[in-house]
Amino acid sequence: MKKHWYDYLWMWSILYFALGFFNILFAWLGMIDFLVPLGFAIFGGNKHFCNRYCGRGQLFAQLGGAWKLSRNRPAPWWLASRWFRYGFLAFFLTMFGSILFQTYLVGSGAESLTEAIKLLWLFKVPFGWAYTAGTVADWVAKFSFGFYSLMLTSTLIGLAVMALYRPRTWCSFCPMGTMTQGICQLKNREKVS
Amino acid sequence: MPSKKFARVDRQRCVACGACMKVCPKGAVAVYRGCYAKVDEGVCVGCGKCAKTCPADCIQVLEREAVK
Repeated sequence: MKKHWYDYLWMWSILYFALGFFNILFAWLGMIDFLVPLGFAIFGGNKHFCNRYCGRGQLFAQLGGAWKLSRNRPAPWWLASRWFRYGFLAFFLTMFGSILFQTYLVGSGAESLTEAIKLLWLFKVPFGWAYTAGTVADWVAKFSFGFYSLMLTSTLIGLAVMALYRPRTWCSFCPMGTMTQGICQLKNREKVS
Repeated sequence: MPSKKFARVDRQRCVACGACMKVCPKGAVAVYRGCYAKVDEGVCVGCGKCAKTCPADCIQVLEREAVK
């Protein structure tokens, strides 16, 4: 099969975490992975992002497929069930909302900036080396730490299910995938009626 | 002569991720308007790569004879 330029976007996933590791402000670039899929779904009524451009899906396919780091077993049926997918989406959006709220608290001066990331919503990891205090407004840095945590946490979950089940198991309950498919289904319903 | 087998997607369960489309050696799978994957049954040779890749495990390889 012919390889396209976008078949190499799995490198972007690695680059993103590498850049953020040295300078947390690069975490903002993750907004691309948040907004572009929504753009495709809202304006194009398609999932071209998942289908072609998602670096994370490609990374799992690369690691689990080509590099054989996956058991290649079907995942439990409920992982791709409607209630789990929408439940996980709701949970993720709540966590994203919490990041926005904490960013607001730091911005308003109600809370001070902590230079740490949180993995799997539980484990606090000091991350001070990736940021020099005062470089940017505190809220800009706060959002970076929060968003990097969310991106890293979801990648860790994705890697775990990649190893346990099939390479792209994450895609079956990815919140962005659920959201964009939901938008496409709504748009498609409009066309039919 | 058409192949003995072909793949069929459970549209209710499909998450439209496109993993099947990427592995199909015949280019027989496409994601329809971001809603679900669709197999061109005339082009599909029933190799089963898509079924083995599908993260939602919603593709079945069926015998053409049995379906007709």
